[in-house]
Formats: sequence, C-alpha cells, structure tokens
Amino acid sequence: MGAYAIRRLLWIPVTVILTTMIVFLLVRFIPGTVVDIIESQMAANGGGTIDRAAILKLLGLNVPVYVQYGRWVSNIVVHGSFGTSLRSSQPITPMILQRIPLTFELGLMALIIGLLISIPIGVYSAIRQDTITDYFLRSLSILLISIPSFWLGTMIVLYPSIWWHWAPPMEFIPFFTNPIGNLGMMIIPALVLGSQQSGSTMRMTRTMMLETLRQDYIRTAWSKGLSERVVVIRHAMKNALIPVVTMVGGGIPSLVGGSVIIEYIFNLPGMGRLMIDALNGRDYPIISAINLIMATIVIANNLFIDLTYGWLDPRIHYQ
Amino acid sequence: MTTKNGNAAPVKRVVNKRPGFFFDLLRRLVLEKPLGTFGLGLIIVFFTMGIFSKFIMPFSWSQIHLLERLQGPTGKYFLGTDELGRDELSRLIYGARISMEVGLGATLLSTLVSIIIGATSGFLGGKTDMVVQRFVDVYMSIPYFVILLTLMTILPRSLITILLVLGIGGGIAGARLVRSAVIGIKSNMYVSASEAVGSSPLRTLLVHILPNIMPTLIITFTLGIGGAILAEAGLSFLGFGLPPGVPSWGVLINSSQAYLQTDPQLALWPGLALSLAVFGMNMFGDSIRDLLDPRLRGGVGRYALSEKKLKELKESLAGKVTAGK
Repeated sequence: MGAYAIRRLLWIPVTVILTTMIVFLLVRFIPGTVVDIIESQMAANGGGTIDRAAILKLLGLNVPVYVQYGRWVSNIVVHGSFGTSLRSSQPITPMILQRIPLTFELGLMALIIGLLISIPIGVYSAIRQDTITDYFLRSLSILLISIPSFWLGTMIVLYPSIWWHWAPPMEFIPFFTNPIGNLGMMIIPALVLGSQQSGSTMRMTRTMMLETLRQDYIRTAWSKGLSERVVVIRHAMKNALIPVVTMVGGGIPSLVGGSVIIEYIFNLPGMGRLMIDALNGRDYPIISAINLIMATIVIANNLFIDLTYGWLDPRIHYQ
Repeated sequence: MTTKNGNAAPVKRVVNKRPGFFFDLLRRLVLEKPLGTFGLGLIIVFFTMGIFSKFIMPFSWSQIHLLERLQGPTGKYFLGTDELGRDELSRLIYGARISMEVGLGATLLSTLVSIIIGATSGFLGGKTDMVVQRFVDVYMSIPYFVILLTLMTILPRSLITILLVLGIGGGIAGARLVRSAVIGIKSNMYVSASEAVGSSPLRTLLVHILPNIMPTLIITFTLGIGGAILAEAGLSFLGFGLPPGVPSWGVLINSSQAYLQTDPQLALWPGLALSLAVFGMNMFGDSIRDLLDPRLRGGVGRYALSEKKLKELKESLAGKVTAGK
C-alpha cells in the first residue's frame, strides 16, 4: 500500500503539467480572436477603427505561444494569479474564488440528494429482485439518466409558473446573509442535478447488494435467525456499499460538468455560469483557468478515491 | 514474427459464428429481458421515424407559414406551429432523423477510436501503454461536457463537427474500457499460442483478441448512443451545438426559449421525444450489458437464471429423477 501510494503520488505532477499544457493550448485555436470581437463590437456601435498591434501587445498576445504559456504558468505558481479577463480587465482569481462556493454547494447538495434517493431504492430493488417493484424501480433509474437535465430544469420552472403563477426564487441569495433562503433557492437545482446522478448509483447499489446477498456469511446471518432488517442493513449493506463509494467519487467529474448547465438554467452565479459567459465572449484566460481548476478538483478527487479504497476494503491489495 | 501464415481456416470459423451469436443474443433479450425488449421496440419506432421522415412528415420541416405562427395544437397542425409558422410535428419527426444520425454516427466513430487507442495501448503494453494512459488520464480529468463546450467554441458549428467532436471525444473516454478488456484477453493461452506459431502482432490482435472483446464493444456501443444524443442536445441547447438550420431536438428546445411563457409546448414535445428515445436506448443497452457482462449479471448461476427459473429447473429435474426411479 505504501509503495503504491508513493508511485501514485509521483505521477500527480506529470498529470498536472500535461493538464496545464492541454488546457492552455486548447483555447489558443479559437478562431476569431478577442481583437476581432472587440472590432466587430466597435463597428456595431458605429465607432472607429482600432490599433490591432497595440491591443495584442496590451493583452500579451504578441509573443510566441510557448512564451505565453511560460508566463501563464509562472504567474499561477508564483502569484496564484490566472491573469486578467480579456474583456473586463478584471483579475480572474478573485472572480473565480467568489464563484467557487456556490458551485461547491450545488455539487454537495446534489451529491447528498442523489445518495438519499439512490441507496434506499437500490437496496430495496435488490431485496425484491425480479418482482414488479424491482422492474419499476429499475426503469425509474434508467429514466432518471435519460431525461436531459436542461429540459427537466426548464419544465420544473416553467409549468408551475404557467399553471399556478408560482416561480421558484430565481434571485440569488448568498448563504451567509440568509441560509434558509439560500437553501430554499438551491434545492430545486440540486434536485435536478442529483436525480440525474442517482440513476447510475442506484443501479450499482442494486448489483452490489445482489452479489453480497449471495455470500456465505449472509446465509450464516440468516441461519442464526436474524431479522431481514439486521441482515440487510448491518451485514449486507456495509460490504455492498464499498464499490458504490468509488462509483460516487467517479461521478464527481460529471457532477462538475452538469453544474454548468444547471447554473445556466437557474441563473446561479457559479463557476459554470462564468464558463458559459467566457466561452461566448471568447475570453480565453477565464476558460483556461476554469478548465484547470475543474481538472485539479477531479485529479485530487481521483487520488483520494484510489488511496481510500484500499483502506475501505482490506481485501484489495495494491502491487 | 513476420513468417507468412497461409492457414485461413480459423478465420472462417470465427466469421461464420457471428450471425448465430447475434441471433442468440436477440433471442435471449426477448425471452429474458422484458424491459430491454421494450427499449428495443422504442428504438425501432424512432429509427423508422427517422428513416421514413420524408413520408411521415405532414409538412416540410422548413416550410414557413407566417400567417399561422405560434399556434397551439389545431386540426391542421397537430402539435402547433413555431415562431415562423413551421409545423412542430414535422420538425419533431425530422429531429428524430438528425438525433439518430448523430447518435449512430458519433458512436460508431467513438467505438472505432476506442478500439484503435485502447487495443494498441493494451496490446503493446510497456512504455507505449504508460504514455498513452497518462494522456487518457489527463483527458479524463477535465469534465467531459466542459471539453465538449470548449471544443465547440473553437470549431465551426455543423453536423460534421458534432459527429467528429462527440466521436473522438467519446472515443478517448471509452479507450480505457477497451484497454482493460484487451489486457484481460491477452493473458489467455491461445494468444501466446498464436504468437508462438509466428502470427504477426496485427494478426493476433485482429483474429484472436478483437473477436473476444466483442461483448465489451457491444456494451460500449449500445450504451454510447443515448449518451451521444444527450450530449448533442445539451450542446445545442446552450447554443454551442448544431446551428439553427439543423433542427435536432436540442436545437428545437433552444429556439423555444424565447416563447416559453406563451408556447411552452414548443419546449415540451422535443424534450419528451428526446427523453423517450434515450430511455429506449439505455433500457436496451442496459439489458444487453446484463446479458453479456458476466460480472454484472443479476441472477444466479452461469446463465443468469432468475430465482424463479432456477426453482422451476430444479423441480423439473427432481421430476425426472423420481420418474427414472
């Protein structure tokens, strides 16, 4: 385990360096630089010409790409700075730091809601295998994966407002000014995001429960005369849920990706919303910064899962 | 390793077995998986709708009736009309065609990319595998949808771009599954035997390894179609996917945004069609996975017998034994 952990940790810098390269280079291929956009906007506003060379120099785009990359990385490492937005000239780091808590809150709530829905249903579906209830619950889990979250979100906001003139609060309430109001506002977006995540967890829970329920020690537990509740909850669930933990951890990237759409629909000022705005404005320092932050979150998360898995399940040995 | 090998007989035998394999899979699906069969039915309905859209559409999907725009359901337009007076039902049917094209095309491409990356990486092993896997690691660490969004900002919005982005993007993600399947097969005796008689690595890969990872490929393929359709819809909804001239279901939902309060059905129908189609694909894919993947089998025993069937089998056997006595 020790050797494995060290090897695993040694790869992290390599992964991170490659990630920064890819993230940086990716947006350099965007056609229509920010200068073109500024120019077209000025033309639309009926005003004058611009000095392209001067603007390129001002934005630091006049040097070769590898120099830009070097500057970018050293700024992040030394100053913790992702540079300034090409459009608003604001420093990016505080802009993102301000928005991370909301995305984190949304993700965490969605994760909890997802587990609250999926684990009980998955377990119940397993102990009633091949009954009508089981078929119904399995169809439900697949349905949850199949409904696009952007459409579900739109419908949940739209129809109550048409039928009962009721709309969920769309005005953003910060958590620290009004915690209750904040949670009330976040619950619907988190429910939409969480329900989509719950489908695969539900399936995994069911499969693992079915496998565990056929183990010898479960038969022993039954033959001791323990009640169904004790056998299922105390003996089976404890072991069946270990792979589910990994699965939930593995779902973090799609949770982060899904929050982009949810924040857009529900007008939440999080990282995903910033991402969409930056993509529309071709503001590539922001796009690179968000890509890098999301990638870092995922890398850290994967490391955490890999290292805790052996601790959770002593049967697993790393070479 | 480069010795010529003229013995073509084993290849023939493998090829001859395929139709039987798929027929058997279909038979087991219908017999054992009612949910999967239902999914297959939905898929057939949507594919028929897509293929014959020209004959089913009551109007052309692009025909504009400016005097009859934004109507609710009427006798003439069953699902109403959009902001330019185009028939919503026709656009919905034509949308099926585009979504099926995207789903099938992108998934075919992504499976191919997965095979190329995963099989070479897993089969060659060693340094190649190490390097390729590091790149896949990096790729997988950026959320998939975010990569798609970034790529679609860079590239022009068209059907071809979407197919390429979803195909290659999804293919890299799927490469890991193919790789582990290949590594699993590689340790088998017949692979060593093939190498020992002097088959080229390419031959070993194509003749002995690829046919044996078919279950993994079929599972990746069937479950990939729904994912590709959803990804396209999500991108189009945000305005980064297909252009307005290509009315996929995602594009229809996107263009309905301005008229939601007065004409919510313009967003309702495409979303329902989308959900139902993807639901069918996933139900089907899920059952196929159950049938093919030994680790995920829900039932007891080798052939995934349910408790009920096992009991029946035992009873019938018991009957025979007593009859024999």
